[in-house]
Formats: sequence, structure tokens, C-alpha cells
Amino acid sequence: MVTKAVKSSLALRNWEKLRRNKLAMIGFCIVAFMILCAVCAPLLTPYSPTDIDLGSRIKPPSLSHPLGTDKLGRDVLSRLLYGARVSILIGLSGALGGAVIGTIIGCISGYFGGWFDKVMLRVSEIFMTFPQIILVLILVVYFGQGLMNLIFIFSISGWPGTYRLVRGKFFSLREENYVEACRAYGIGELSIMFRHILPNTFSPVIVTVTLSTAGYILAESGLSFLGLGVPSGIPTWGNIINSAKAIDVISNNPWLWLPPGLAISLFVLGVNFFGDGLRDVLDPNQ
Amino acid sequence: MLELHGGLDDMTKASPAVQPNMNDVILDIRHLKKYYPVYKGVFKKVTGHVKAVDDVSLYVRRGETLGLVGESGCGKTTLGKCIVRLQSPTSGEMRFRYGEGGMRDILSLNAKEGFDVRKKIQIVFQDPYSSLNPVKTIYEAFDEPLRVHRMGSRAQRKEIIAQMLEVVNLRSDYMYRYPHEFSGGQRQRISIARALCIKPELIVCDEPVSALDVSIQAQVLNLMKDLQQQMNLSYVFIAHDLSVVEYMSDRIAVMYLGQVVELATSTSLYRTPRHPYTEALLSAVPTPELDAVRERIVLKGDVPSPINPPSGCRFHPRCSKCQEICRVEMPQLRKVSGTEDHYVACHLADTESVPQEARMEL
Repeated sequence: MVTKAVKSSLALRNWEKLRRNKLAMIGFCIVAFMILCAVCAPLLTPYSPTDIDLGSRIKPPSLSHPLGTDKLGRDVLSRLLYGARVSILIGLSGALGGAVIGTIIGCISGYFGGWFDKVMLRVSEIFMTFPQIILVLILVVYFGQGLMNLIFIFSISGWPGTYRLVRGKFFSLREENYVEACRAYGIGELSIMFRHILPNTFSPVIVTVTLSTAGYILAESGLSFLGLGVPSGIPTWGNIINSAKAIDVISNNPWLWLPPGLAISLFVLGVNFFGDGLRDVLDPNQ
Repeated sequence: MLELHGGLDDMTKASPAVQPNMNDVILDIRHLKKYYPVYKGVFKKVTGHVKAVDDVSLYVRRGETLGLVGESGCGKTTLGKCIVRLQSPTSGEMRFRYGEGGMRDILSLNAKEGFDVRKKIQIVFQDPYSSLNPVKTIYEAFDEPLRVHRMGSRAQRKEIIAQMLEVVNLRSDYMYRYPHEFSGGQRQRISIARALCIKPELIVCDEPVSALDVSIQAQVLNLMKDLQQQMNLSYVFIAHDLSVVEYMSDRIAVMYLGQVVELATSTSLYRTPRHPYTEALLSAVPTPELDAVRERIVLKGDVPSPINPPSGCRFHPRCSKCQEICRVEMPQLRKVSGTEDHYVACHLADTESVPQEARMEL
């Protein structure tokens, strides 16, 4: 398979470039470490995140509970690790979903133009005139709480960014000579769109996906903190912080809100570092 | 069909009655027009047309190079793109010799036939940097056209690609590289190889060397000439560099504001230009002789807008020899008296009375 070997060599070269970017590697290590911890959660903690132990409520960190317990006696470390799974899943899926929708609509809109482009552009503008959080709130109220609902809501509220990006790229790329050359060969429109032009837009889309992953993790935390995100039974980083609504918890029980807060900050920081590094590496003008 | 650079010899030998020898003609363009609508206002009302190509009739013979010269915006590239059918003309006829059927109008083909003709007419672009897709290796860029035109199995196609790269003096293992790994001259040779790989008969070269530096230009031009001989290719060679066009072309068409103003063999055109515009163009070519006495004709004013071209002869506002008739009547392309294959669209030139296209009827 000649083409496979070739593809992997391009990926390999980009990986080499990325490895030389210190900040990106720090970000990558943070993210990789946290994802690994989330995946290996059952190995790292003996407690279930939902096991209630009313005998040991609000205990400060100790050897048996490294991050203490919450007001229902649940182990905070377990909740943090299992919560990471859900939070990261929501962040990534939301960002990916939005990117996929935006890319497909952007391709068609940017390549063919015409009335479809005009309509979609206006629709995306309508989406963008609302602050996204308000839009999400409205949708949460409409669709109800829930994991899948949240991913779905993030996807449909997040597509305009990617849409405009891809559409803009298509507008400039469809005039390129190599596209004309494809037409002169008689290569079909779909192939030109998806196999020749689309790969040229991947790098900014990948960067957007990483960066908006961070944004959605924050959004999930915010929504869960408000009690509008994932149902409170499922541990997520936002749901854990939710317990810190009371002023006495903030001042007396820092182990309840500090670890998830730090986890969110660290993960978002790592993702942003990595995304910025990716942007440098994938810049097609280099 | 071994006549390669025979355009000139053939012309001088052929008797006027059969001229041009239509069995040789591979592409025959008649009254080709390409107008772009100009929109204005909120309701996108069409307020006029940019007449990029306005009533052009030309033919190209097998194995010859037809040069197209003219300043920026005169419609050379639009004409070239119409020939490759990247633009669809507003009106006119374009007949191409392909298959067994002789000359066929390629503007009114069905999808299947249109697809087959694409194999026969290819294009090389001006900018070697944007003509190769940065995310595709040379192999990927070459393989897809071969595949869609069903030219051989995977292994055979790879063989063809390797062969084509060697034809343009590149190593065959370069096919696994990405475009950014090549220099401008190499990229242009790759573009030529890509156009050649599906075995076309006519190649439109849209200023193929003007983005390259001079030493590389000669290399690419010579390569193109060699390939033309080896494969009996016809070129439509678009350029604004007159010395390059003279070097490459058998015949040259001079364009001004979307029209052909003079059409002649390159020797005849350079020795005795008939149209005042051609004279002015040629006087601007630098010559290597140190103390050559030359009169530089500097044209007044700018090229008029192709949306609203001047009445009569389009060149009249800038022409030093302008007469009353030039303002009123548009000159036809007519044969210059006493020449074999020299046509000019000028009232003041000494021409025969029959318009050019009448002579071209089969």
C-alpha cells in the first residue's frame, strides 16, 4: 500500500515537528496523563464514585481517602477520576460533533455557493448573534438534561465557527490552479470537494476542535455548577464543584472543590497548549 | 503526421486554394465569445458585460504551437480556459479532432463524450506554486486522473507516472514527495508531466514560464519543445513575453481587448508587423545589440474597459494612425495582400477583401 506509507510519513513529519515544540509537548503530556488516569480509574481507586457512606461524611484527606469525602461520604478522588471520563467525553464529542456538522455544511456552501450558501450563512449568523451560553441554556431547557442531550446541544450550537472557517477556506481554495487542473481532467465535483480541497482545511479544523474541547469542558462545568448540565447523579467535574455552592464549604472544606477546579484548569491549559502547538505545526504555509 | 515544426514550411508550400490544409487542423475556433455579466445594486441587475473574449476565430494544427500574446486583461487566459472548457463560452463554436469522427463541436457534447475529450486537451498553469495540491504527493496527484480515465492497473499507472517524471528529467522516486519539496522549475516540470500523463494531443500553456527565473525558463521551454517533437503535441502558448513567444511559436495571434488583431507566422509577424498595436508591442522588446537604432513606440493612455469597448476599431483611441473609418467601422481580420498566412484586422493595412473566416470554410 503505497499511499498508506506516504500518508504516515506526512503524519510522522508533523509529529517530529510537534515534538520539537516544548509547550505543545507539555500540553500533550498533561492531556495524555489525565486521559490515562480517567481510563484507568478502577485501578487507581478502590471506591465507586457513587457509593454513599454516611458514616464518613466530609472527611478531610487521609490515607484511605486521599482527597477526602464529600457530604454524602463519597470518595472525592473516585469522583474526580470517573468524572474526568464524562467531562472529557462531553468536551471532545461536543467539539467533534460541531466540527463535523460545520465542515460538511461549510464544504457544500463554500464549493457551490448559490442560495444554499446564502441561507446557511444567515443561519450561522443567527446562531452567532446569541451568546453561546444563552443558546445552550435555552436548548437545555427545551431538550432536557442528560449526557447525550448535552453533547447534542454543544454540537448544534458549536457548528457556526467551523462552518465559517471551512467555507472561507473553500472560497479561496476553489480558485486554486490545482482545483482547475482537477476539473480539466474531468474529476468529479464530489471528489474535488472532499478529496482535493477538504484535506487542505483540516489543519485549522483540528486546531479549532482542540481549542473548543477546552471551551466545552468549561461550559459543561459551568452548566453543571448551575445544575443545568449533566444530571447530578453522574459525576463530572462540574457536578463535583457544584457542592461548593455554599460559602462554608468554600472556606472549610477546600478538598471538595479544589481538586476538580485544578483538574479543569490543568486540562484546559494542556489542551490549549497542545492546540497552539498544533496550529504552528499544521500551518500549511510552512 | 510527422510534421512537427512544419507550420511555416507548410504554409509557404501550400497553394492558396487549399489553405489552410484542414486535415491538419486539430482545433478550430469560430466566433468564440465569453461575456461575464456585471451586476449592480441590491437586486443584482445585470448592467453590462465584460467582453473578455469577443468574436475570436482561430485554428491550431497538429504539432504546431500557436502563440497568444497581448497585455494583461486582453482575454488570453480566458480564451485558454475556454479551450480547456474550464469556462464555458457565451457563444461560438469550438471544433476538435478526436476519435474517428473527424472534427466535432466539443461545446455541445454529452457528459460521456465531454469527459473523453478532457483527456485530449490539457492545461499547464502560470503559477507553479498553486498548481500542485500541497497535501498530495506527486503520486496521488497523478494517479487519480489516470484512474478516472481508466488507464491501466495500479502497477501500470505507477509505471506511467515514473515514466512521465523521467520524461521531464526528474527522478521517478520523486513521486513519493510533496510539492513543497520542489523548486519552482521542478514544480513546473511536474505540472507539465501531469498534463502529459493522460496523453493529450493539445496543451494550453498559460504563461508557463513567466513565474520562473530566466535560466530556468530556457530549460522548461526547451523541454516543452522536445516533448512536442516526441509526442507530436500541439500547443496554445499564452504569454506576454514576446521573445519567449517568438522562440516557441509557429504562428502567433496578437490579442487586444478580447479580439485577435493580427495573426501570422512568427517570422512574418516579427519581420513585418502590420497592425499598429503589434508594432508598438514589438518596439518594446529589448534587443541584445548595443547600438541598434530602434524607434520605441509608446502608446498613449490605458487599455479601455472591456465592459464598454470603443466603437469601430477597438484600438483607435490609442492609435497614432487613426482615421475617420477607424472610429466607425470595426475592421475584420483579413489576409494581407502578397502574403501566404498573415492576417490583420486594420483598415489601413493593405489587405485582400475576403475576411479570414470565409477562407477557412471547408
